[in-house]
Amino acid sequence: MAQLTLPKNSKIDRSAGKVFKAPAGAKNVRAFKIYRYDPDTQANPRVDTYEIDMDKCGPMVLDALIKIKSEIDSSLTFRRSCREGICGSCAMNIDGSNTLACTKACDDVKGEVKIYPLPHMPVIKDLIPDLTHFYAQYASVEPWLKTDTPAPTRERLQSEEDRAKLDGLYECILCACCSTSCPSYWWNGDRYLGPAVLMAAYRWLVDSRDEATGERLDQLEDPFKLYRCHTIMNCAKTCPKGLNPAKAIAETKKMLVERRG
Amino acid sequence: MSLRSPLSQARGLGSAKEGVGHWWMQRMTAIALIPLSLWFVFSVARFPLLDYATMIAWIKSPLVAVALVLYFAAMFYHAALGVQVVIEDYVGNEGVKLVSIVLSKFALFAFGAAAVFAVLKIALGA
Repeated sequence: MAQLTLPKNSKIDRSAGKVFKAPAGAKNVRAFKIYRYDPDTQANPRVDTYEIDMDKCGPMVLDALIKIKSEIDSSLTFRRSCREGICGSCAMNIDGSNTLACTKACDDVKGEVKIYPLPHMPVIKDLIPDLTHFYAQYASVEPWLKTDTPAPTRERLQSEEDRAKLDGLYECILCACCSTSCPSYWWNGDRYLGPAVLMAAYRWLVDSRDEATGERLDQLEDPFKLYRCHTIMNCAKTCPKGLNPAKAIAETKKMLVERRG
Repeated sequence: MSLRSPLSQARGLGSAKEGVGHWWMQRMTAIALIPLSLWFVFSVARFPLLDYATMIAWIKSPLVAVALVLYFAAMFYHAALGVQVVIEDYVGNEGVKLVSIVLSKFALFAFGAAAVFAVLKIALGA
């Protein structure tokens, strides 16, 4: 599925971008270059420039986006909710890497702040990618506790050591920054599960309370679902929560080697 | 536009339940190739003129012949596994993908067989 160039109607029309100037008298001006795509017109995507008076704007990229939407251009479309890095809604490509707009400070970007939707996903509008397939892949690994033993009358016990194995895994907020930064996911995302989903799968593989480990490994052992990971490490580099999906994938591969003895 | 549900598309044809063997052999051959490649490069570099008689005499040594057979076998096997991964990564069309993988395997195993045969012919020949 390697698709190295964009289809014609997805190429950015560089001449169509609008420029919204900063108000007169603004001293601390920064330019935000934002990808715009409107499915209701036949037009190709464009990049609009918004000049913002940073003295009248919050520190984060999301603050600037909200300021643009409320004060300059209400047609700008993006997802956001918690504004504190726990919901994963505002994942987008800022200054060339995927991250959360709410936890990325404008001051951490040099020069113009370039904002694009998550890479290599179908775009619904502006900064909103279609994550339907990503969520379906998450559902396909059945990310819930599976047991055959009848449910106990009290909580399921887990040692402190076994609980510690879930640290660094359960914190994932499914923002899709990692999967959409992965070249393997770009080329073969229809079949490759991608770092976020594989880490979610591993979170259940190492859960001492789960009784379906072998069945889960069966479902993962596949040249495309799992073995498209070539340890490129973009996932670990871009994760806004500081997690390491590449390690979870490597551990899954080790479990598969271990069980064949 | 597909009318299949997203979950149906994500599950696709299900898991092939293989891949660990391929992955393991790629690592095994890679590890074997570290000493074998170093040995091969440094050995050949010792013969500045690479003249025919010197090379024949060198290959006729049993230890050298065995090491060369191991080297070529590991290298071409490793190459066949690696090229398959590259094709799977970048070729989207299922037909082109299948044909490319089959052709690359035929070619690399033929080269490997030719290399091993050449070493044996020299080593065992009169």
